[in-house]
Amino acid sequence: MAIESDVLVVGGGLAGLTSALSAAQAGAHVRLVSYKQSSMRQASGLVDLLGYVGDDAVVDPYDAMDRLHDEHPYRLVGTQTVKEGMALFDDVVDGYSGSHTDTNALLPTHGGTVKPTARYPRSAMEGIASDNRDMLLVGFDTLVDFDAPLAAAHLEAAGAPFAADGVQIPFPGDVRPDAKVTHYAKMLDQDSEVAVSGRKTSAREALAERVEPHLEGHERVGFPAILGDDNTTTVRSTLADALGAAVFEVPMGPPSLPGLRLEDRLYTALDEYGASFEMGNPVIDHESGDAIDHVVVEHTGAPVPYSADQFILATGGLVSKGVTSNRAGVREPVFDCHIPHPGDRYDWFEDGVFDDHEFARFGVDVGPDLRPRDSSGEIEFSNLRAAGATLGGYDFAAEKSGSGVSIATGYEAGRLATEEIA
Amino acid sequence: MSERVEDSTVDESFEPTQPNTGESYEPVQVFPDDQTMDLRPGADSCTKCSTCDTNCPVAAVDDEFPGPKFQGPEQWRLKQTDEGEEYTIDDSVMDCSNCMRCDDACPSGVPLSQMHNEARGEYVETEMSKFSRTYWRNRLLANYRTSAKVGTAVPRLANAVLNNSAVQWINETVLGITSEREFPDFATQTFREWWADRGGAAASRENARESRERMGDPADADKQVAYFHGCYSNYNTPEVAKAMVRNFEYFGYEIVVPEQRCSGTPMFANGMLSDARRDAEVNVSSFSDLVDQGYDAICSCTSCSMAIRQEYPELFDIDGLDDVSTHTYEAVEYLRAFEDLEGELADATVEFPDLAYHAPCHGRNQGLERQAVELFRELDGVEVEDVGKSCSGISGTYGWKAEKYETSMKIGEEMFEHMDHAEPETGLTECPTCSMQMEHGSGYEIRHPLEVVEAALIE
Repeated sequence: MAIESDVLVVGGGLAGLTSALSAAQAGAHVRLVSYKQSSMRQASGLVDLLGYVGDDAVVDPYDAMDRLHDEHPYRLVGTQTVKEGMALFDDVVDGYSGSHTDTNALLPTHGGTVKPTARYPRSAMEGIASDNRDMLLVGFDTLVDFDAPLAAAHLEAAGAPFAADGVQIPFPGDVRPDAKVTHYAKMLDQDSEVAVSGRKTSAREALAERVEPHLEGHERVGFPAILGDDNTTTVRSTLADALGAAVFEVPMGPPSLPGLRLEDRLYTALDEYGASFEMGNPVIDHESGDAIDHVVVEHTGAPVPYSADQFILATGGLVSKGVTSNRAGVREPVFDCHIPHPGDRYDWFEDGVFDDHEFARFGVDVGPDLRPRDSSGEIEFSNLRAAGATLGGYDFAAEKSGSGVSIATGYEAGRLATEEIA
Repeated sequence: MSERVEDSTVDESFEPTQPNTGESYEPVQVFPDDQTMDLRPGADSCTKCSTCDTNCPVAAVDDEFPGPKFQGPEQWRLKQTDEGEEYTIDDSVMDCSNCMRCDDACPSGVPLSQMHNEARGEYVETEMSKFSRTYWRNRLLANYRTSAKVGTAVPRLANAVLNNSAVQWINETVLGITSEREFPDFATQTFREWWADRGGAAASRENARESRERMGDPADADKQVAYFHGCYSNYNTPEVAKAMVRNFEYFGYEIVVPEQRCSGTPMFANGMLSDARRDAEVNVSSFSDLVDQGYDAICSCTSCSMAIRQEYPELFDIDGLDDVSTHTYEAVEYLRAFEDLEGELADATVEFPDLAYHAPCHGRNQGLERQAVELFRELDGVEVEDVGKSCSGISGTYGWKAEKYETSMKIGEEMFEHMDHAEPETGLTECPTCSMQMEHGSGYEIRHPLEVVEAALIE
């Protein structure tokens, strides 16, 4: 016999998790299988909806969706569905801000640019760029991914409505030059004992003492996003109290603690919904006619069948290997769904790095029901839907729409799949 | 000093976006053929995304430890340079606990654990004095089965002696085995003694047939498994092995218990690859005939199943290994996949203390971290609370070493805290050494999921 469920979600990123949450909320018995940890840990933890249409920065993402082309995932599912998906996200994820308004917030990045985004971790809230309080950015000598003076100068040059200064300090306790972000977070989480000038003190206290001389009247202080993992709220408030200033995290590049924390929150929510999930084993095969009967999951070398009534494909795009390519063409590796792409691979890209590349929009072809279609436009499998970056027709990097599309299409795929079994 | 490239040497016709292979391209043999495994494809797949580093429990607490990305692909690359001959494996490889979290975490398929095992083996082979205390201490710990055999011959005496404070003092000062920990008790009757007394395979066939009759399966159903009990459930916790036997017989499986040695897990972790190979050869030869006849191999320890499924094929080339490896399962996983274990448990009620569950890293690496929690969710009479995703910190022999004890306890701190906050006051895990650490940090009694299944379905 096989391992059974109503809805089987393949893929454990934002789209897979939202699909699973949506189906579980609608009453289905859901199982999620994920081969690897999601690319959320490479992402900033900001939840973008729509930041740019063409070269224009977007103020209200929902208004701007009308200006997208007809086959864009947002247009396929409709603005109302996007709103419902975001409501699900707001409902299950604690510790995020931004739901009070439809318009985009502007958040500083670790490069000192300003990014339009729809939801942001509460840890980043005090750093919002539309606020006019002066800002001190603090970098650590041993954490080379964040150059605080450079980021501050960049923010000022970008016309931020506040004065920004940056300072590099050694992290207390003389950490090794390539210490992992988890090591900083653990020291602050556990408020570990550190030695500073021959004196034993606690990590949080020592950090505040090092920052204090540079404070010089700045009302808010930004640190790279390493302020704890489990106890991040306490770490932040301890620092804020000691400094007498607001404290925030600047979202970082990979590996990213805010991304990890978001992943944790979503899996916790999925557990609370009573859904099943497992990580570490790939789907290597499937048994299908017009519909998929079961997939085969490889348990450390041994094949195990998993059957379900409905399936959702949410394996991600080119980054997460949900879409793969070689010299011969572009494929979706789990169900071999059709991916439209030019036959000549020299037509997949343009010459400039930031040009409008064809490959950025590679993904499975779906209609409003989110069912993948073959090259002649026929439904591939009657019980398969796709969500998130596996979908084609949009360029998340240019549009700043990655999280929003994953949430909206994940929500809709989960809802539609559950409707079929009801 | 590096040479400057003169402008005249730049090929003006080079066009990076046009095809440029096929014309003057000649493959070059970069590395000479030799007997070591070619790990280059693995090293080349590393994109330096650092996912492995953020999954490393040692790097999170030990500032001296450079992390898995260095231990694996970076160190391997260093060894391939012209100066590679002079480059010796960094001694930090011995600070890796072999939890293998990095290996499972890598999104690009870099065989980190294989790289670490190779590097550790080379370090022990070429850098570690065979006369050093550490070498002999590590060999003693890695060959636990040898000591356990002696211990179970005189279990009561061994239990009394090993935890005698004078003996612990000698262990710490002479051998470097921490005196902070209590040695686990040896059973007065080993599992194999129990199994033989009970009538061995013939008795199991009898029991399986009775169950098949109850279930409506044909009497000659093709349900046969070979049990790899490992050392710990044989010498220390035979109740786990007995639960495995009773559970499988309940579902109509005939069990055999073939000759076996240590799975090799503690030997890999200590870089004792020839010791591991010696035992792996016995295990594979003993199980491959059975697999040929249609048996599946079942483990109750997640590190044993990890070794046979992943480490053997990564490190050894033994006749019949691939078949044994792809037919090996963890016990509960097998019943969940091929029997309606979930359904049977959902209909059952059990009298069992509530449980604080810790998923062992090696179980996690096989995709089993949620199995116990989800399986017992529908079972009436017991509550199972997950105590989080952190590593327990003991990693087999690692936490027994005097110089690693502190790191081991720092890693375990998160789990201890969660155990302390959780309601249940009994622990649950699949891994023998995680159970030692859980007991050490909490004082709780620690049980195995097979015992819960047994209590629900049989007792």
